[in-house]
Amino acid sequence: MLRCEAPVYRPRTLTDAIYARADMPDATVIAGGTDVMVYLESGSLKPTRFLDLWDCSGLRWQQFITGGQFCGAGLTCTDAIRSPQTHPLVREACSTVGAVQIQNRATIGGNICNSSPAGDTLPVWLALDAEFELASMRGRRRVPAASFWKGYKQIDLRPDELLVGVLLPQTTGETHFRKVGTRMAQSISKVIFAGRYRRGVEARLAFGAVGPTPMRCREAEAALVAGRPVDEVVALVEAEITPIDDVRSTADYRRKVAGNIVRRWLASL
Amino acid sequence: MITRFVCNGQPVEVETPPMTRLLDVLREELRLTGSKEGCGEGECGACTVRIDGVPVMSCLVPVAQVAGCNVQTIEGLAGALVHPVQAAMLEHGGAQCGICTPGLCMSAAALLEENPHPSVEQVRVALAGNLCRCTGYQKVIEAVSHALVDTGE
Repeated sequence: MLRCEAPVYRPRTLTDAIYARADMPDATVIAGGTDVMVYLESGSLKPTRFLDLWDCSGLRWQQFITGGQFCGAGLTCTDAIRSPQTHPLVREACSTVGAVQIQNRATIGGNICNSSPAGDTLPVWLALDAEFELASMRGRRRVPAASFWKGYKQIDLRPDELLVGVLLPQTTGETHFRKVGTRMAQSISKVIFAGRYRRGVEARLAFGAVGPTPMRCREAEAALVAGRPVDEVVALVEAEITPIDDVRSTADYRRKVAGNIVRRWLASL
Repeated sequence: MITRFVCNGQPVEVETPPMTRLLDVLREELRLTGSKEGCGEGECGACTVRIDGVPVMSCLVPVAQVAGCNVQTIEGLAGALVHPVQAAMLEHGGAQCGICTPGLCMSAAALLEENPHPSVEQVRVALAGNLCRCTGYQKVIEAVSHALVDTGE
């Protein structure tokens, strides 16, 4: 048990939360706590104070909007799994996060802002051309998922901003999700993939855990759309990703698996 | 900070820093030591309790987040008789060393309340967040699957 005396501010409305964020840019934002509490207990987090969004209304909803769908940042994985509105790729990714107890607390906004390269939902946002809506006292702005993760655990979120939700445009094409880990539940990914493909029109090949950030393989995507042979697409995937050896896997294994995931999916279409 | 919530049907009030883990509040302040600390990082499920019916890892919940909530621990699972899940665990040899058992019972009870007739696959998914190093899971899954028969309509 690690004793943490840091104070916690618990806004009940989004407006209060945005005001509070402006006042306390140093605060650690917490929602479901499934990452923050681990960092806190391990001693890797040295908090001054906390901004707790768990009971903040106005973050935990989703709905269809003109041209797409909005998912509140406070949606838990369980919310997303159970809602009939949830995009199948999002549902599948949320189902692979931890296990039931984690899914009941972990939020999609937390997964996005924690920005682990192995975050289970992150390649999905890339495959679906998602935009993240950020709010501060200065107003709102939207950042495409493709430019949100700037480097290892570096995100395009200013100290006075909060992630409010995710905008998913209407998209077309076949989709595919695959997580490869040591076991089905409670494991962190060795390789994670989300893809979307409409023959001759567009392709998204997005990976996690194969580089410092979740990433798209843009050259492979272009080759796929251009109708190049699968071997060539796979070779480009293997060349574009930048996996490393770490406690969970090796670069070689990750490269091979990433290629195989794409090869197997394309063969199944 | 004073946090008030309902624990196993009784209103409680604890004075701790707001980020204190619910698990520590249960074990150290309320002396409810049925919930175990296995890993302390949300991997093992030994600390599983229910907040407003929903199973969670109590090592990952700051006590401030349960203000006004209903918390149920293994101590509050049985009524006048042991809970059907507990009875089934006894009958089917679903417990060995016992460290994971309280958490498993809480996850299983949450599942059966929502879905009294789960498939084996649904039982496996519902218990996937509870690690056990003794039983090999098979007897646990048999127990939970039979608990539904024992309580069945």
